[in-house]
Amino acid sequence: MSKYMGKAVKRVEDPRFIQGRGKYVANLKLANMGHAAIKRSPFAHAKINGVDASAAKALDGVIAVYTGQDLQAAGVGSLPCGFNPPGIVTAPHMPLAVDKVRHVGDGVAVVIANDIYTAYDALDLIEVDYEPLPAVVDAKKATAADAPQVHDEIPNNTSFHWPLGESDTVMGAMNESDHVVELDFINQRLIPNAMEPRACVAEWNAFTEEMTVWTSSQNPHLIRLLMSMATLGIPENRLRVISPDVGGGFGSKIFHYPEEVIVPWCSKQLGQPVKWVSTRSEAFVTDAHGRDHVTTAKLGVNNDGTFTALHVQTWANMGAYLSTFAPMIPTALYITLFSGLYKIPHIFGESWGTMTNTVPVDAYRGAGRPEASYLLERLIDIAARDLNMDPIELRRKNFIQPDEFPYQTPVAMVYDSGDYDQLFDKAMEVSGYNEMIEERDRARQEGRLVGIGVSGCIEASGAGPSKVVTSLGAGVGLWEHGLVRVHPTGKISVLTGTHAHGQGHETTFAQLVADELGVPMDDIEIVHGDTSKTPFGLGTYASRSAAVGGTAIMKSCEKIREKMKAIAAYQLEAAVEDMVYDQENGTIHVQGSPDRSKTFVDISVAALMGHIPDDMEPSLEEATFFDPPNFTFPNSAHIAMVEVDKESGEISLLKYAAVDDVGNVINPMIVEGQLQGGIVQGVGQALLEHGIYDEDGQLLTGTFLDYAMPRADDVPMSALGRIEIPSPSNPLGVKGAGEMGTIAGTPTVANAVMDALHPLGVRHVDIPHTAAAIHGAIQSASVSAD
Amino acid sequence: MYPPKFDYYRAGSVEEALALRKQHDGKFLAGGHSLIPVMKLRLSDPGVLVDIGRIDGLKGISAANGSAKIGALTTHAMVEAADNLPDILPEAAGWIGDPMVRNRGTVGGNIAHADPASDLPTVFTALQAKIHVAGEGGSRVVEASNFFTGLFETAMSDDEMVTAVEVPSKDNHTGTAYAKLFNPASRYAIVGAGAMLTMQGNQCTAASVSIGGLLPNAIRCPSVEAALFGQTLNEETIAAAAAAVANDIVADDVMGDIHASAEYRQRMAPVFVKRAIAAAAARA
Amino acid sequence: MQITITVNGTTHTRDVEPRTLLVDFLRDHLGLTGTNIGCDTSQCGACTIHMDSQSVKSCTVLAVQADGADLTTIEGLANGSLHPMQQAFWDNHGLQCGYCTPGMIMSATKLVEGNPGISEAEIRHGLEGNICRCTGYQNIVKAVQQAAGEMGGD
Repeated sequence: MSKYMGKAVKRVEDPRFIQGRGKYVANLKLANMGHAAIKRSPFAHAKINGVDASAAKALDGVIAVYTGQDLQAAGVGSLPCGFNPPGIVTAPHMPLAVDKVRHVGDGVAVVIANDIYTAYDALDLIEVDYEPLPAVVDAKKATAADAPQVHDEIPNNTSFHWPLGESDTVMGAMNESDHVVELDFINQRLIPNAMEPRACVAEWNAFTEEMTVWTSSQNPHLIRLLMSMATLGIPENRLRVISPDVGGGFGSKIFHYPEEVIVPWCSKQLGQPVKWVSTRSEAFVTDAHGRDHVTTAKLGVNNDGTFTALHVQTWANMGAYLSTFAPMIPTALYITLFSGLYKIPHIFGESWGTMTNTVPVDAYRGAGRPEASYLLERLIDIAARDLNMDPIELRRKNFIQPDEFPYQTPVAMVYDSGDYDQLFDKAMEVSGYNEMIEERDRARQEGRLVGIGVSGCIEASGAGPSKVVTSLGAGVGLWEHGLVRVHPTGKISVLTGTHAHGQGHETTFAQLVADELGVPMDDIEIVHGDTSKTPFGLGTYASRSAAVGGTAIMKSCEKIREKMKAIAAYQLEAAVEDMVYDQENGTIHVQGSPDRSKTFVDISVAALMGHIPDDMEPSLEEATFFDPPNFTFPNSAHIAMVEVDKESGEISLLKYAAVDDVGNVINPMIVEGQLQGGIVQGVGQALLEHGIYDEDGQLLTGTFLDYAMPRADDVPMSALGRIEIPSPSNPLGVKGAGEMGTIAGTPTVANAVMDALHPLGVRHVDIPHTAAAIHGAIQSASVSAD
Repeated sequence: MYPPKFDYYRAGSVEEALALRKQHDGKFLAGGHSLIPVMKLRLSDPGVLVDIGRIDGLKGISAANGSAKIGALTTHAMVEAADNLPDILPEAAGWIGDPMVRNRGTVGGNIAHADPASDLPTVFTALQAKIHVAGEGGSRVVEASNFFTGLFETAMSDDEMVTAVEVPSKDNHTGTAYAKLFNPASRYAIVGAGAMLTMQGNQCTAASVSIGGLLPNAIRCPSVEAALFGQTLNEETIAAAAAAVANDIVADDVMGDIHASAEYRQRMAPVFVKRAIAAAAARA
Repeated sequence: MQITITVNGTTHTRDVEPRTLLVDFLRDHLGLTGTNIGCDTSQCGACTIHMDSQSVKSCTVLAVQADGADLTTIEGLANGSLHPMQQAFWDNHGLQCGYCTPGMIMSATKLVEGNPGISEAEIRHGLEGNICRCTGYQNIVKAVQQAAGEMGGD
């Protein structure tokens, strides 16, 4: 019956992008605008003995130079951490460093000049007297007694410890298992690299005493809240934050960044608009990074393949400062997913969040869940080898069964729905799994190194139930707002607190509303990303927009329909109970008398004119604040085939197939796009990407010349399939679709590479599986075989 | 990012370019695809640029009397599209950067920059190319194997510029090929190997082999060449000859980085030399 | 230094510092912000435009080097209507956040010129200089294949 829902409707936002009319912050030009550039530390750890900006200030075209001390003296506050689990120890994070720099790229001073070229010239003239200090970069080494201390306030560089479960009980069960798989491994640091570098423009209006900030953010409302209560102290009602088109985020644009404090502060100070646009080089040393875990894990398994226990310890690198949501990633979004798709009776996980002299680490696509899936799926793969079982059979043996939902895992989550056998049946079909096995075995007989990798992943998306997340330490609930405003002409504005930066909300939410109200999509406008236009909302991340934001909009549409029915009943002199809202065409008629009807526009006008029941308020505008009862639990079965070049270690990804259960689908084209993109980011972690620091805290992968981004020729076409098991957690039945590709992509490909090397006896190689690393493993294997 | 300030002069001829450079102590700018990025990162601040990009007669490929002359301003895209050059050249040029880089980057600029990870130095060394260099005192010709002298170093003085590179023209008895291990991020060469073989039937009557990427500069591989000369080429003899590259590489000179350790690069040298030889033999 | 550059059919004469990058000239001097900047090292291709009928990375060309040149940017690729490549990106969901898209489209139009039957492998190799973080390239490759066919021998 739906005209739009479930259809591959082309995106309404595309015409502006394909014609070069994207509204990115860097494109904004205001009269009398100053251009800011930031002097950044070349040292990972150093005392600042002094900053001499006299030569920079004297340069023609320079408007002002400010240091960390200037901002501190003016009362600018520390950037807050918004997720504080019990026992966390924190330290201040000033937007510009005051007495000490703690990572390469830490800001020291800001120059505002008439043009950006001059601003950069001035940076070269600022003399900073640094006293270099020893640095620490490794998450686990940072906890050593003799490690350099990043913050005096945080002893042993350990900000928090987060255990879940009973370690002793779990180890007891482990020790009774027939077999224990043990693995020490890393989940390497990644650098998100959204293609649009961050940007911020601020304009202080001295007349109205209002600040407007345009920033490339995934959640403008939250940024405004943090600016208001923590950093700038400007009341929310005098502060407008706008995130127009944002060129990708992947988590890295969720957080409140120093520049969002520095730039508005400078604008107010100078009485003129100020613009800052990150360069890519700057982005590498200032955008929050992702992952960076050091982990020790044990999986207990009996000879028949039954999992008995899982025990995991992780040291999570937080970087030099706690970014906005950083502590949430290796805790509430990580350990709670350790059960995967499986019945594991005993699970214990604990993590330590440690401070190092590196760029802060926070949510990056998947955020904790990729790390959880990677560790579990690698352990299971090794278990399958050890037990000589087919990796899919071993997984199937432990699946939570469809009739066991809702399923309470030992790690807090209650899974809502799923059918994992059906998922894998479909994945085997889509991938041609049996033929792939034959192909691999033939290739092996020819002496080639071909491998197949599988993974079964789950994520908790649609964050999230506010009481749950705030009880875990979040400083905000994660409900969402959706307002539907029907204009007198029948046109509709939909205001949402979510934010789109590639996800296509202007299309999918319009599809939803068009079907809910029976109006053409063209009549609907989706408004987001401007705190002055939309009521408070929590933004877009954690694959939450459709499940939480979409539901809020849907419920508002329900309210609109009810009100329109009441108005129509009044006008047609019929009983409300007898009114039928026809969602096919947006008309309302009396049950059994289709000719006694009113059109959508009739009622819109009536609501304006006040031709409505006496006890009713005029106008047609309904809002909903939806707080979901639970997360949603998308799940996946991905299968990949790779070939390893025996001589060089180079890897070719030959095939990739993915079957996902993301619940009901609003727009399959967009869902597939999310998966395809996510998969390639996952492949990137498996084969290419690695943010590498040397022992002195210098980032060795600070440009695209050294940080390997996936390119078009690194990947094949993915074959995608879907099963649709509606989520009972929201009335739309949707689950998250934004992160599963990344969550599953990494273990799938890593398992395939390890399968390729299995004949050589290689058990595990840390990711990324670069040619050099794989060649090294082949060499070691042949040496030990000799 | 944004380059530092510089004065800009545009030369209309080789003579004018040389004079401007000397007068202002500047740096030559051709396509700018090596220079502009390092200036944007403020790793280079030449103060004065002499733009040679518009000098007539330095762009294009001409073939005559068994050799082909590639003008210094010839772009990688033109080399990639050429049908009168030995196969190794279009092959290697097609792997430099990407189409946009190849549309602007020039052969002369590339070899004058002498990046160890660049492809053309290895290719020209295998082809025994002659580098035509102009200076105040006139022109001279430098053998490719003598041209690349170290890390970002050439046999040219600051007062000289490349005007052309002369290579053997395509010939039916000679096969040429380039084999490359790509840096996954930059797509530059971790190891690159070039081979030019003349064959009579299956017998190799002349061999010129080079290797680059792992050393400060590309080099000829005389041990490999000697092992190929007079041999009947098959999988085994090619592998044996390629293995001799170990004798041509000074182990202490091999460079390592985060992408590939020195040890890995050294192990890859015979692998890619072998691949270049096999491909060249198949084309001869 | 005074330069004269034709962009999308309009000729502009301007005074620029020699160090002005062509992309900054387009964006800041002419207000043509459709061409984006995504990196500092000529890797990402977001800034790709056509210069004298060739695709180039405008972040690695000085405005003075383009003196006298004829440029086309994403804004001028089709006048008012959509170029088949733009249409194909729309039809195939070849973009998400849209930031790499102008460069991708400018690069792709030159890649397929005169090669209607271009293979998937050729497209993937030819797009090596354009990084997209959103799409995984799959729908971009499909879009380029569609447009190549429609553009025929053009």
